[in-house]
Formats: sequence, structure tokens, C-alpha cells
Amino acid sequence: MMEKMIFGRYLPLQSAVHQLDPRAKLLFIFGFVIVVFLANNALSYAVLAAFTFVLIYLSKINIRFLFAGLKPVIWLIAFTFLLHIFLTKEGDLLVEVGFLKVYEGGVRQGAFISLRFLLLIFVTSLLTLTTSPISITDGLESLLNPFKKLKLPVHELALMMSISLRFIPTLMDETDKIMKAQMARGADFSSGPIKDRIKAVVPLLIPLFVSAFKRAEELAVAMEARGYRGGEGRTKYRLLHWKWKDTVALSLLFVLAAVLWRLRS
Amino acid sequence: MKEPVISIRHVNFRYPEQTQYALKDISLDVAKGEWLAIVGHNGSGKSTLAKMLNGLHYPEEGQVTICGFSLKEEFVWEVRKRLGMVFQNPDNQFVGTTVQDDVAFGLENNGVPHEVMTARVKNSLQRVGMLDFLNQEPHHLSGGQKQRVAIAGVIALQPDIILLDEATSMLDPRGREEVLSTVRQLKEEQDLTVISITHDLEEASRADRIIVLNEGTVYREGTPEEIFQLNEELIGLGLDVPFPVKLSRVLRLEDFKIVSNHLTEEELVRELWTSNFKK
Ligand SMILES: Nc1ncnc2c1ncn2[C@@H]1O[C@H](COP(=O)(O)OP(=O)(O)O)[C@@H](O)[C@H]1O
Ligand SMILES: [Mg+2]
Repeated sequence: MMEKMIFGRYLPLQSAVHQLDPRAKLLFIFGFVIVVFLANNALSYAVLAAFTFVLIYLSKINIRFLFAGLKPVIWLIAFTFLLHIFLTKEGDLLVEVGFLKVYEGGVRQGAFISLRFLLLIFVTSLLTLTTSPISITDGLESLLNPFKKLKLPVHELALMMSISLRFIPTLMDETDKIMKAQMARGADFSSGPIKDRIKAVVPLLIPLFVSAFKRAEELAVAMEARGYRGGEGRTKYRLLHWKWKDTVALSLLFVLAAVLWRLRS
Repeated sequence: MKEPVISIRHVNFRYPEQTQYALKDISLDVAKGEWLAIVGHNGSGKSTLAKMLNGLHYPEEGQVTICGFSLKEEFVWEVRKRLGMVFQNPDNQFVGTTVQDDVAFGLENNGVPHEVMTARVKNSLQRVGMLDFLNQEPHHLSGGQKQRVAIAGVIALQPDIILLDEATSMLDPRGREEVLSTVRQLKEEQDLTVISITHDLEEASRADRIIVLNEGTVYREGTPEEIFQLNEELIGLGLDVPFPVKLSRVLRLEDFKIVSNHLTEEELVRELWTSNFKK
């Protein structure tokens, strides 16, 4: 559950998108976020949408999973859409209900912005759906490596992320256990007024924190016993391989940018 | 005694801001290739001693030498390469997101080149019988399997000594047997020295030698037979005597002619069913 919240859900399939280097995918998304803003008319948005759907097709991911990723932001999209409809006063007047006036330009703007949102979310979900969390971590570590010179603790951040990933299921199990233990003692987590329910969470959180700190301490000792002494002089078991496919994938983004540049008005 | 791989001389240690010493004037040797069991009640200083052997604590007084390295800050990483530890809680020593990542962790820390690393990870996992679980995540493994992965992580570094600090105490009987037979097999394959800290006298009875710790001191040292002669004394120290030993003793008190305190059930059973023929 928590894993889903943090990193989306990884679907280990065999596809061209899955096999790309995580660095290529991360750079691609970074570029895509910028390129999306080049589209500004119906034709350029159509090209952008078509491009995105080709990506989805190539990834072999069922579109259902992408819509699932939309759920948390659907209200945000709806809200921006409405905001544009009611506040933009351009073009012909379409409808008038009382003091609310809807203009043609508002509908267009609203639709474009919502589409832009939608495509961005699709593409970022595609990253987490096609890349295992640990690969994303490796990719980030590798991409951020130059920033080590600026004293950014890149290795430590990556280690933190991978340890968190490793312990999420363990702590979820533990939460479940403590919850059941407290329920057996008469705790009620699911009914009553909100104030009582918040109070009921305290006997859940305290044992969880105590145990998490104990785990952290033991883990630190075990890591030290296994020779861990920071990132200095460390080699890596997981190596990333940049292949020509990765270069091709990134070039596609430049092609897209060029096409949008031509089509925009 | 063969050349010692570990020698401890007059070691005293207390935790910061404590008046009580956790270890008091401890002296002992561990011979190359032996299986040494350390037993003692809760809080007798077993884990403290174990951590001292790995440079996780330094003695306040006294001398610790491991594989020829005097235990000082400058040699601690050398010592950690030669003495691998497996801890009690299988979950809290699993660092990697998958089995192979976890085994590689110690190798990464020691700057082992990538090609060597992949070969060693495979080899170690194969030796503990976990090669089929290469990409498995820890929460899909049983406790015994996690401990075997931890052992693989230790032997990947090709240590001389492996130290198990109650490594089987959180496992079910099957997991316990799984882990112990893995260690036994590894010990036979190479000249590994094993130190197993344990509550379980059954487990200790299979060691070459037992050291009993009590209140931070070495209370007794001897072969399992010698130690189990102590009987009530052991119970007084908060240790439980294995069932076959107890039974042999009681039978002897009831005037059955049992030759010795048997350490294992098989030995006792054999003596019992043949005892009538001897009359
Ligand atoms: N981190 C610590 N700080 C202070 N005292 C400790 C700490 N760890 C253990 N002790 C004390 O040191 C003694 C020995 O503990 P330990 O070596 O863990 O025993 P064992 O492993 O035999 O159960 C106990 O009295 C314990 O309370
Ligand atoms: Mg202990």
C-alpha cells in the first residue's frame, strides 16, 4: 500500500521501454516536462498525445494502470479545467448562466491544460511502471554523481532510498501485527468520532517507532560489521549499461521538440 | 592446542556511562578450525564479547588479537574482513533489496571489483543452497532462509572465522537445523573457525568446546561432556541442560547402569536398548 503511494507500482514485463537504462528514462522525463510546454494549439497537442500513446503502446502496459495513477490528481485536473472555463475571457461567448459566462477561449485553454496534465502524469507513471524502484535509485545516484563535488551526499541519499524500499514491507507487516495486537486488547481503529480515532492511533505509532529505532540501531551495527564505511572506495554490484537504444530514445525527444516547434502558433 | 586465531588477554570492558563492567578480566584463545560454543544467561556479556571481537567495541584494558592483528582502530577493517558475524534478528541485518544485493553488500564495502563480485555472490549463494532465490526480496523469505543469506554474505568475503550471535534463536526448529547444517557443511569444506553464541545447549553440545560466561567472566571452559557434568550448577546459572543429559542422570540416580551423560538422544537410546544384553 505504502509502496504504491511512494513509487507507483512496478510491472515487470518485457518491453522496449522496460529495457531502457533508468538514466535514459529519467532524462527523458526531465526533457518531456519541458517539451510539453511547446505545444500550444490543437495540432501540436494532437502530436503530443499521439507521441505519448505510442510510448504507452511500446511499453505493453495496460492503460488501466495508467488511469489508476490518475486517481489522486483527478480533482486537481478538474479544478484547473473549471478555473480556466470560468476565468478566461477570450473568443466568442458560448453559454451564459446568470453571472457565469463561458467563452470559447476558456474551454480551449481548459482542455489544453488538462490534456497537458494528463500526458505528464501518463509519462511519469510509465517510468515507475516500467522501472523497478531499485533501478530508479541506481539511475538517480548515477545522474546526481556530478553534484558530489558540491557536497551533495549522493551515495547516502541513494542508500537511504534503497534501505527504505527494503524496509517498507517489513514495517507494513509490523504495523499489521501491532494493530491486531491492539485490537485484541480492545482498541478500535475504524469507528467513533475522529478525535477518538486519532487517539487510537497513538498506541499503534509508539510501538512502531520504538521497534523501527531498534531495527535501525541493529542494522547500523550489522552494516558496520560487514565493512560499511561510507561511499569512499566502494564498488557497485549493479552496473548500468548505456546502450544505443537509450541514445535513440533520447533523440526521439529532440525530434518531438523540433516537430512541436514547427507546429506551434 | 593448534595455533590460536583469536587470543584475548585480560580484557575489561564497560559501556559508556556505566559503573558495572560488562566484561571482567576475560582471557581465552580460539584455535584455528575449532567450533567453539559460548553459552551464558541473558546479560552475561556474550554479545558484548562478540562485538569486541569485531571492533564494534574496544577493550578498556587488555589485549585482543585476531588472525595476527592487534585489535586497534587502524586494523579494524582488516579484522572485519577475517571475522564475519551473523546476528540474531534475520530482518535487521538484511541490507539489500534482493538476496543478491544483500550478499554483494559486504563485497561492495570492501571495494571488490565487479567481475569478482558477481562470481563470489553466485558461489556463496550456491554454497548455502540459496542460488535459486537470487532475485527474491527479503519479505518473501523464511527466517532460516534469511539467515542463510546472511551467512552467504559473510562467506563471500572469505573470512577465517564466522561468529554466530544467537543466529538461530529466532528461528523455528526447522530453520534452526537448516542454518546449523549449513554452517557445519561450510566448516567441513574449508578450514573455517566457528564461534557460536547460543542459549541452546543442544546446539552447544555439538561443539568441540564450550565456554560458559557468567556475569561478564569466564565461568567454566571444557568439552561438552565436561560442561554437562555440572548439572545443577548450569541450572543455577540460568541455563537449561539438554533433555538426554537430564534423563541419563535421573536414570543413573534410579540405579540404572548408564555409563555416561549422553549428549544426544541417539546415544542414549542406543545405550538403553542394548543395556539388557550386557547384564
Ligand atoms: N548499549 C549498552 N549500554 C549499556 N549497557 C549495555 C549495553 N548493551 C548491553 N549492556 C549491558 O551489558 C551486559 C551484557 O550484555 P550482553 O552482552 O548484551 O549480554 P548477552 O548477549 O549475554 O545477553 C548486560 O548487563 C547489559 O545490560
Ligand atoms: Mg546477546
